[in-house]
Amino acid sequence: MDELKQKAKELLEKQQVAVIIGYAEGTAGRTRAVFALKPEDSEKLIFDERCKQNLAVYLMKHEVKHLGRRGIVATIPVMRSILQVASEYQLTEADVHVLGITPEGKLIEFDGFKPMEHWLSGQDVGLSAGEKDELAKLDGMSMEEKWAYWKDELSRCIKCYACRAACPMCYCIRCFVESNRPQWIPIAANDLGSFEWHILRAMHLAGRCINCGECGRACPVDIPIHLLTFKGVMDVEADFGVTAGLDAGMESLLSSFKPNDKENFIR
Amino acid sequence: MEIERKLLKRSSLERLVDMMRSDGNMIYAPQKKETQVVFDTIETFADMTEDYIVSNQSPKFVAFPKIEKILDFSISQEGIRQEGTQLAAFPPVVVLGCRPCDADGFDSLTAIFNWDYKDELYNERLKRTTLISISCAQKDDYCFCTSVKGHPGSTRGSDILLTRFDGGDYLAEIVTEKGKALTEKYAALFEADPGIEKDKFLAEVKPRFEVEGLVQKCMGMFEHPVWIEQSLRCIGCGACAYVCPTCACFDIQDEAAVSKGERIRCWDSCGFGLFTIHTSGHNPREVQSQRWRQRVLHKFSYMPERLGVIGCVGCGRCSRACPVDMNLSEHLINIAEV
Repeated sequence: MDELKQKAKELLEKQQVAVIIGYAEGTAGRTRAVFALKPEDSEKLIFDERCKQNLAVYLMKHEVKHLGRRGIVATIPVMRSILQVASEYQLTEADVHVLGITPEGKLIEFDGFKPMEHWLSGQDVGLSAGEKDELAKLDGMSMEEKWAYWKDELSRCIKCYACRAACPMCYCIRCFVESNRPQWIPIAANDLGSFEWHILRAMHLAGRCINCGECGRACPVDIPIHLLTFKGVMDVEADFGVTAGLDAGMESLLSSFKPNDKENFIR
Repeated sequence: MEIERKLLKRSSLERLVDMMRSDGNMIYAPQKKETQVVFDTIETFADMTEDYIVSNQSPKFVAFPKIEKILDFSISQEGIRQEGTQLAAFPPVVVLGCRPCDADGFDSLTAIFNWDYKDELYNERLKRTTLISISCAQKDDYCFCTSVKGHPGSTRGSDILLTRFDGGDYLAEIVTEKGKALTEKYAALFEADPGIEKDKFLAEVKPRFEVEGLVQKCMGMFEHPVWIEQSLRCIGCGACAYVCPTCACFDIQDEAAVSKGERIRCWDSCGFGLFTIHTSGHNPREVQSQRWRQRVLHKFSYMPERLGVIGCVGCGRCSRACPVDMNLSEHLINIAEV
């Protein structure tokens, strides 16, 4: 990606951004996030099929935010995260310069959010066939089987909150699990504590999850926790016709009311 | 005590598992479960896997479970009743197939749990635990035990260390009185020293940094910019702490209904924003770089200084588990160099 390195270098040289958030070689064949602060740091930037982490998580991180305007190497999930958090007033066009990467691996730049929204409208942003299969398998289970499945999976949960930490949409400085006067949900990683945490997290992401799958990739005990929020993605599409992360002007799904909503209890 | 060497044939180890189980021991051993290697109870030797580098999570939970009940309480008109955990009810446990680094981890935990207050829950659980480690014939890029005073064949911390040699039989090194008692109880299974050269069957792990120098250096690095640089990509989860064999932080919680409940302690991590927040709202470790510094300095400065042990055994679990490739040994080399 010489073009990417060149562009990043230019942006840093012209001081149009304070940092470029991108991918670099990591250890043991892994890739990792890199923060290019000086033009020569751009040499470290790479992009290939291993670069999966949703880098948008860093846009709201205290230390990174305070560097100034951020350039970011953005695949489709990163772009969608940016639009989603922008719709939640966490980010403006002035905060971020997007160095987009197309599914074919080409560099694409956008002058603001509108052109990015336009380009995304022509892209396939749905769940992959494999992900749909996994969900279909769960949907095919009886209530008891689903309970047993999640009980078994969540029994491994250690409440490290990597799922939360890896998610760009989990930017709250004080998450509901940290509401401890009184304690809202149990801290213990037991059945009750783990179920409450993951169900509440899934609810908080309904209409906001952009199906990047980062929570599942981050889990150190390999719980397919992304399936919970992916289920929310499917339901929200089916029930409200809404797809998150395509429109920086989108109203929050769960806190806005439209006269044509199916449910009418709130009228 | 002086280490005794014996032969433990593979068939004898199989029998040992059966006999220890029928004598009422819970035996934890590494097992392959889908994508992970986990320590769980086994019924026979065949349940255990030997083909692994280290388990994904450390076996520290046998003495320091992720949730531990401290006491039950109830409130009534007669007053408040408290009942502490019944220590005598803790089962005898054998950990079979932990690594020398895992055994080393218990030494660090023991130092922490006895620094000032003697933690009876931890001590009692460990007292009932026998560690039968298996030395390492395999390693990966994350292993760095030899940089932190460990070794693929180190006996430190184990009660018995097994080293598998040609043909699948084991050299058994009996390290502690507890190990000796076990070999005496099952004496028929242990045979004369096979006289093998142990080192031939161990993985080679090259040292990456000089730890004494690093410890000295860490003492003057509190204000160094390296902590900010290194932690920019840290997302602040607790994965590293929870898989670590020496991390000992916990959070005490009361889980109660109206008039009764229990007091429990749960694993906690210095990487979390809430970890040091004061009642006033002030947080002395407000940002991730300060928490990362705490993590490294606690292990490589405060523990050596106060407890005389390094708080890291070089198992590499934190780095394998890290979702964002925070690689501890790489960071330590970097700290040694700046």
